[in-house]
Amino acid sequence: MKDKGKLLALLFIGSEAFFFLTLLMTYIYFRRDTLIHDSVAPHLNVKRAAFLTICLVTSSVTFMLSKKSLFKNKIRRFKIGMFITMLLAAIFLLGQGKEYYDLYKKQITISRDIFGSNFFTLTGFHGLHVFLGLTCISLLFAFSFSKFKIVTKAGINGVEVYWHFVDGVWLFIFFYVYITPLL
Amino acid sequence: MSLYQPIPEPKDELPSPKRSTGLLSWFSSVDHKQIAIMYMLLALFFFIIGGLEAMVIRIQLSMPQSGFVTPQTYSQIFTMHGTTMIFLVLMPSLIGLGTYFVPMMIGANEMAFPRLNAFSFWITCLGGFVLYFSFFAGNAPNAGWFNYAPLSEKPYTANIGIDYYVIGLSITGIGSIGAALNFITTVLTRRAKQMKLNMLPLFVWMVLVNSFLILGAFPLLNSGLFMLLIDRQLDAHFFVPSTGGSALVWQHIFWSFGHPEVYILILPAWGVISEVIPVFSRKPIFGYAFVAVSSIAIGLLSFGVWMHHMFAIGMSNTVNAFFGASSLLIGVPTGVKVINWIATMYKGSIRFTVAMLFCLLFLINFTIGGLSGISFALVPVDWQLTDSYYVVAHLHYVFLGGTAFAVFAGVYYWFPKMTGRFLSEKLGKWHVWLFVTGFNMTFLVQHLLGIFGMPRRVYTYMDDLPYGFLLNGISSAGAVLMFIAVAIFLWNLYISYKKGKKAGPDPWNAWTLEWATTSPPTLQNFKELPPIHSRRPLWDLKHPENQDKRLN
Repeated sequence: MKDKGKLLALLFIGSEAFFFLTLLMTYIYFRRDTLIHDSVAPHLNVKRAAFLTICLVTSSVTFMLSKKSLFKNKIRRFKIGMFITMLLAAIFLLGQGKEYYDLYKKQITISRDIFGSNFFTLTGFHGLHVFLGLTCISLLFAFSFSKFKIVTKAGINGVEVYWHFVDGVWLFIFFYVYITPLL
Repeated sequence: MSLYQPIPEPKDELPSPKRSTGLLSWFSSVDHKQIAIMYMLLALFFFIIGGLEAMVIRIQLSMPQSGFVTPQTYSQIFTMHGTTMIFLVLMPSLIGLGTYFVPMMIGANEMAFPRLNAFSFWITCLGGFVLYFSFFAGNAPNAGWFNYAPLSEKPYTANIGIDYYVIGLSITGIGSIGAALNFITTVLTRRAKQMKLNMLPLFVWMVLVNSFLILGAFPLLNSGLFMLLIDRQLDAHFFVPSTGGSALVWQHIFWSFGHPEVYILILPAWGVISEVIPVFSRKPIFGYAFVAVSSIAIGLLSFGVWMHHMFAIGMSNTVNAFFGASSLLIGVPTGVKVINWIATMYKGSIRFTVAMLFCLLFLINFTIGGLSGISFALVPVDWQLTDSYYVVAHLHYVFLGGTAFAVFAGVYYWFPKMTGRFLSEKLGKWHVWLFVTGFNMTFLVQHLLGIFGMPRRVYTYMDDLPYGFLLNGISSAGAVLMFIAVAIFLWNLYISYKKGKKAGPDPWNAWTLEWATTSPPTLQNFKELPPIHSRRPLWDLKHPENQDKRLN
């Protein structure tokens, strides 16, 4: 592979995958193997989470489209695509914040029980990754306005891979945290 | 206008010790050779500290019911000794050797990401100092290097040391991941044009496999550490059994990192051995493909054996049998390597330099360590010996008799390349023989101590242990010998750097590309490369009539 930026990003998210794998396995372990009553799951807002999932998946698509238009040198469409991506990511983060606030009002916190510990750690670390991805996308977006145009191919490819990864991790979290209690 | 423009890079040369001698040129350096030397110096610094801690441990244990240090201090010392030696000595020294020689062996002038390289070093450095700052903050970590929960949780260890352990280790872990990312991208994208993957020197192969292991293993550790930190600081319950958590989850997470880590610490060491033995036997390595492929096998297997650290927790027989078998299996590729090294020496004309002596002693001691490791794969034996001094003996045979010997071999082998001067062979022979004598005195008898029932991590012991005083005395005396040997080594480094015998570009008459340039290399490693058609480009250059088989 010649594109060392993309290779680096792929390897990096490979190692990140192990990180989330551990958190997810811990979550599943405690869901299955402990006798603690599942006290948080009934309070989760699955509909909102589904909407947020759609937002995140769509943002991956808009990122891809805007990258394509960049490669065709259509800068305006690139900017619009990036803006929509940022917007969707921001909606996701705000939605997650609202979820945390709702739970907090019901006095469900990280220290209440093992489910709370798991839920907030898992989704919190994912949210942190969304935030970092959003920061990178904002930088790409901002660079496209500056005179000093330093968006490199390696850079944008790296951010794209990372963003798809964050999206993919969320699908797993959505399935295991929100869907499986309903099944 | 296209958005694609290259990021402006400075065109002039990067700072190097040749051009400016100021400290700033080191602090700001992105040159892989300078960073590698800083890695090695960091490892050396912590090796001295970890060694002093080991001396405290051995003085305390040299006689029954000794009161040399308090129990509290003792717990901190043995914890810090283990943590230091693994994360701040062995890891940085291996990564340092890799950072120096991987680009040179593949004919590259620099790592793929020089700034990431500098970042990895400094963050490792920071992690080490955060860990040691705990001494000044009131209390060093004291729950052992694997920091078992719930002992490491607030109710049992309220002091600040564990928090420093968690933060320090996760920082060094990030540094190791950065280095691993850099190694893989360097090997895959920066190789000389003619060099195909099956022509890589074995050291590069091992570092490559190793980097994949790091990428798989360290995130596991980091997630565990973060959970522990969340437990301690935000009152979560992951590893607190009384409120729904599970102490076993910590063990699973830690050892699913910890066992690959063992191979992370030995693979590059094997790489060093695979470079040094052929050169000093004047024969190409026997079974190149076997050595490379068995590393990959070990890399894959290493993620499937972690529960052999946990046989005593009471898992089902099926699980025990599976992990026992997989642990036995991993001995096979390891044995393949040992056979390859011995076969390389067979009918070779061996030069007994210090580097070669360390390799030979590596083979002996590492094999002992490997065999005692196999005994832990047998579940009933493990039940008998777990948490005894037998384990201590085993892990020192593989880490010290294995990895550290290989690092010493690498230092003696490559010192002329790094500095342009030989290390003194005479002092080196004192170093090697004193060290190996002391090493075997210290740790061979610990097998017996373990079998007789001395538990590890204990502060002191009673008079009634069979031969307890005698064996512990021998063990401590051996530690003193090792201490003297290391002092000789340090003196050797210093005096040889100042006025050692001058070495030419290829003092050992070796074959790999790093010897194709001057010693020490200039800032730009290579102006031009020799033609590369086989695994031994310099051999082909020197023996045009008897070249190796062309591989490209």
